[in-house]
Amino acid sequence: MITSFGWPEALFLVGSVRWTLLLTLIAFLGGGILGGVTALLRLARNPAVRWLATIYIQGIQSVPVLMVLFLSYYGLSLAGFELPPLLAASVSLGIYVSAYLAEIWRGSIEAVPFQQWEASASLALTRAQQYRYVIVPQALRLSLPPTVGFLVQLVKNTSIVSVVGFVELSRAGQLVNNATFQPFKIFGVVALVYFLICFPLSRLSRRLERVLHVGRPH
Amino acid sequence: MGFQFQFEPIFAEWPLILDGLLLTVWLSLGAIVLGSALAVLLTAARQLGGWAIGLCVETYVELMRNTPFLVQLFLIFFGLSGLGLRLSAAEAALLAMTLNLAAYSAEIIRAGVDSTHKSQREAGLSLALTKRQVLQHVVLIPAVAKVWPALSSQFVLMMLASSVCSFVSAQELSGATAIVEQRTFRSFESYIVATLLYLALALALKALLGIVGRLAFPRVSGLARVRTTGAAS
Repeated sequence: MITSFGWPEALFLVGSVRWTLLLTLIAFLGGGILGGVTALLRLARNPAVRWLATIYIQGIQSVPVLMVLFLSYYGLSLAGFELPPLLAASVSLGIYVSAYLAEIWRGSIEAVPFQQWEASASLALTRAQQYRYVIVPQALRLSLPPTVGFLVQLVKNTSIVSVVGFVELSRAGQLVNNATFQPFKIFGVVALVYFLICFPLSRLSRRLERVLHVGRPH
Repeated sequence: MGFQFQFEPIFAEWPLILDGLLLTVWLSLGAIVLGSALAVLLTAARQLGGWAIGLCVETYVELMRNTPFLVQLFLIFFGLSGLGLRLSAAEAALLAMTLNLAAYSAEIIRAGVDSTHKSQREAGLSLALTKRQVLQHVVLIPAVAKVWPALSSQFVLMMLASSVCSFVSAQELSGATAIVEQRTFRSFESYIVATLLYLALALALKALLGIVGRLAFPRVSGLARVRTTGAAS
């Protein structure tokens, strides 16, 4: 039976936003931890470790998120894990996030002037202390705008996880469209909801960039 | 019991995979050519037109950049057919990729345009170049040359994002892989092969764009080369 696009359908769409947001949050936290570790490995003193981290980052950045999703979904289920869709989606998006955040944060860490390393080394700080007290606080400030900007990419990329059976905003749009067949209206609403999430984040990223660079020489 | 990898059934389907690979290549190259052309037009319109045109371009860019490519694809494929305009999956994919890439590229090129100092335009005008000539030779071409590395990565990202076109049944690489998977029941191996092919495509596209950049903008890359050799010696 074909129904028309009314309040129940609209509420269903808006309700599915919470899954998009939850998925974004989990992937960002998980990917952030993995990405932070990868960034540190990428800057390790041991060249073999650096090289491995580079391969990981470049490899993940050179294949589609969709392939990461399929590989982790089928790979983990072959390894004997019975995966609920939310977990499969979070794991693959987390891996995707880690590669990009690692590269963003590596750039921020490297952008801290080299003299800061020398000065803190001359104060007999260990490498861990250098990171903890001198480098990371400064790098954090530099990394904030691109990190928020990347969050927009993540929100948008959650749209592909519908293939493993997870019903978030885009999948909800498809389901409603199958029942009502008013694609222009429905996907227009879906696009608008994404826009309402992403546009403020984009603006925030740009604003942070302006604000945090005030008083910097370059 | 351990899992046994079996790649033979997948290699047996190589014609299907090759067709998918070629469609991905054509969609990507088509979107890169058409999308950058549209991006240059949008940038030129923003430069030459008044504030109203500038606002329109900006709205377009922000709308495209803040909504998922997948939803844009659905709007074009299902939405346009709902309005009576029937596109094949591949045509819809090409259109969506072109429109999406144009918005991102326009934003990247704008950064290059903004870095051109006002005095350079004035110098151009004082040499009796027309407004259009200044835009072309002083503003646009140097801008594209400056941001070529950023544009190149955006092109590669678009090629990778084209994998979601399988959602509207376009049989590019990931669509073809889905069919191979259904025929062979070797899901994991199918996607390993597809992933490696995407990796190879990404590396090849990066290399190609690097060569194009060096050929199309010899002056900028020549300067960069002088600077690096100067630093080394």
